[in-house]
Amino acid sequence: MEIAIKVLPALLEGTKTTLLLFGLTLILSLPLGLFVGVVSTTKIQPIKALIHLYIWVIRGTPLLLQIFFIFYGLPVLSEQFVIDRMPSVVIAFVINYTAYFAEIFRGGIQSISKGQYEGAKVLGLSKWQTARKIVIPQVVKTVMPSIGNEIITLVKDTSLVYVVGLSDLMKAGRIALQRELNIIPLVVVAVIYLALTGIVTIVLKVIEKRFNYYK
Amino acid sequence: MIQIKNLSKAFSGKKILDNMNISLEKGQVLSIVGPSGGGKTTLLRCISGLETMDSGEIWIDEQQVDPTKHQEATSQIGVVFQEFNLFPHLTVLENLMLAPTLVTKKAKEDVEITANQILAKLGLKGKEKQYPFELSGGQKQRVAIARALVMHPKVLCYDEPTSALDPDLRDSIAKTILELKDEGMTQIVVTHDHEFAKKIADQLIEVASIQ
Repeated sequence: MEIAIKVLPALLEGTKTTLLLFGLTLILSLPLGLFVGVVSTTKIQPIKALIHLYIWVIRGTPLLLQIFFIFYGLPVLSEQFVIDRMPSVVIAFVINYTAYFAEIFRGGIQSISKGQYEGAKVLGLSKWQTARKIVIPQVVKTVMPSIGNEIITLVKDTSLVYVVGLSDLMKAGRIALQRELNIIPLVVVAVIYLALTGIVTIVLKVIEKRFNYYK
Repeated sequence: MIQIKNLSKAFSGKKILDNMNISLEKGQVLSIVGPSGGGKTTLLRCISGLETMDSGEIWIDEQQVDPTKHQEATSQIGVVFQEFNLFPHLTVLENLMLAPTLVTKKAKEDVEITANQILAKLGLKGKEKQYPFELSGGQKQRVAIARALVMHPKVLCYDEPTSALDPDLRDSIAKTILELKDEGMTQIVVTHDHEFAKKIADQLIEVASIQ
């Protein structure tokens, strides 16, 4: 217990970095994912193919490799591409999570029946009005469980950034382990991750419940 | 009145509708019957602008209209879909008010008064705040009718209005159609049910498949 209290401040300091990355990724990749998801339902083939390629590459390669590409790989190409640690990982995470969110939103959009579009059409709603008032509100409800899963995965994925030397919760835990030569710091790290995913789970449940007013 | 002149429609080379001519006076009910796959729904979808005609013209009150241009006030063709296509995330009242406030940009207060009057007329008083999933099939259909009526269409079209209903509700929808007819609403009803068609129709057209 003594060790736990001793290492806690350093771990909480690391948690700040973890939360910053988590928050930035979510704020940027959710709207981007919605945008890419909507665009991917287009009938214009070259755009569709481009998005498929993007999603295939990003989902088919490890996030860790993508982080390496941006932080270690790009500077080798040119000095212009030297990016700081935090911006590098934020870029990698946003590119990665946008792909996953886009796929989820695409599925959600395609689950809306043709009848909904026709119902809106004969009433004279424009495409944009149909998207905003009919499609997106229903898509959000449909995709909530899948988006929720990704958000919980994101909490844990942030631990990958310690490979570029960012002082996140994971790295703070490893340093504490090496300094104390004790397993307790790792237990505390686990408890903090559990607390974070626990909070996210509760928030997601509340949001899902708020969409339960209709079936 | 509505006139349909020389309407033709083919799907991938197969002629579904060939030079159809229909003329319907204001306040009349037209029933379109025929076997499934015979093109009666296609006819309705052309009239309501959900399909483009290969050729033909549609005239409402001596004015030619393009039903595919749904945002233009001149078309004014209302549709009651087979599956109703209500918006599940909106209440009954919101379903009714969406298009008038968004498309015809009418004042919310005015639309709400009209919407409530129409709901009351169709026996839906007290359902305003409910969501479609809380309603029975017959109630959903009447909400769909109300949603079309609130846009003040000149013609109201129904696609298979009896098919998603219990048999005993058939008379109830027939009654609604005849009540609207008494108020001067011009209506076109596609149905596979001959008996029902005869009961409501001033004019009956059989659309058979053209080979």
